[in-house]
Amino acid sequence: MATRDPAPPPSAPPTRATLPALFRGFLSIGLSSFGGGLAAWIRREVVERRGWLDDKQFLTGYALSQLVPGATNVNLAVFIGAQLRGALGVLAALAGLMLVPTALILGIGALYLRAQATPGWSWIGTALTGMGAVAIGLNLATGIRLARRNLRGVTAALVMGATAIGIGVLRIPLFEVLVVIFPLSLALSLWQGARR
Amino acid sequence: MIALLLKLALLFGGLSLLAFGGGTAVIPDMQRVAVDTYHWVTAPEFLAFFAISRAAPGPGSLIVVLIGQKVAGVPGAVVALLAMFGPSCLLAYSAARVWYRTAGAAWRQHMERALAPIAIGLTFASGIALIRGTEHDWRAYAVTAAATLLLSVTEVSPLLVVGGGAVALLLAGS
Repeated sequence: MATRDPAPPPSAPPTRATLPALFRGFLSIGLSSFGGGLAAWIRREVVERRGWLDDKQFLTGYALSQLVPGATNVNLAVFIGAQLRGALGVLAALAGLMLVPTALILGIGALYLRAQATPGWSWIGTALTGMGAVAIGLNLATGIRLARRNLRGVTAALVMGATAIGIGVLRIPLFEVLVVIFPLSLALSLWQGARR
Repeated sequence: MIALLLKLALLFGGLSLLAFGGGTAVIPDMQRVAVDTYHWVTAPEFLAFFAISRAAPGPGSLIVVLIGQKVAGVPGAVVALLAMFGPSCLLAYSAARVWYRTAGAAWRQHMERALAPIAIGLTFASGIALIRGTEHDWRAYAVTAAATLLLSVTEVSPLLVVGGGAVALLLAGS
């Protein structure tokens, strides 16, 4: 990749990302992230391969993208695009990340709906049911990994359990659960902070 | 048609702002409304869409374009895409701008600590809701259990397990 400075010293500040480079970087992320694990792909591209951010900046962005509602990895792309090139950077990163996967998914979806109506093709539905069963497992496994790494104390475990059961088992709408559980969790967090 | 697009925009626009802890947080609500309330897709279709959007590259929340496409063709897919990602992206952009101005503030740590267990709970909730809504036989339960175990204790590639799940159900002849 051509840069304006012919020979940057090893201790140079992170490379400045151009808009086309930002688009290409996220395009490659969007193309390689088969089967999930998008955040890991983003880190590989943005921190390791392109050197646009260091690890600390990346982790701050990752925490922020989880605090804001919406798909975490899409928010992460917004955060990185905004930090590197402002509003235009956001658009470049989002376009790179979403365009090709969207087209691909729409194609597969149309194929699936057609196969459903075609007698000899019902195995596609069966295969997708198997893939769906694994996708659910991937969800649960992510929850287990996150809990092992980030869950501290009994109250946090209770908040987690109440959220999971309220929505997953009792099927209470998400909004109603959040209205109750978020103030509760914040109060518990403040109370524990005050005791320390 | 316009009424349908409006319904899509309202549903996904609302879910966009409720998806705390990531896109999977709103999967149970999406399933409830799209399958039970509006009858846009059947429960097996919803699971197939979920599988496609998880296995394909890109964000898992792209499941919304499949629902949009089933309901109202390409315009439906476009509306669903903009509604699902527009509001949350605007919010993320504003947050990114505010974030550095308030670096080191105590409220930020409290917010992070309060949201973490909720986000983890939401991850489990969507898994549980999907099992209850879409899996009704022991083969699918077994595949989900095996996948959960494999993916939580080993570093095997998710894509490999996804393929394995498809093969397992084809061989089991469900």
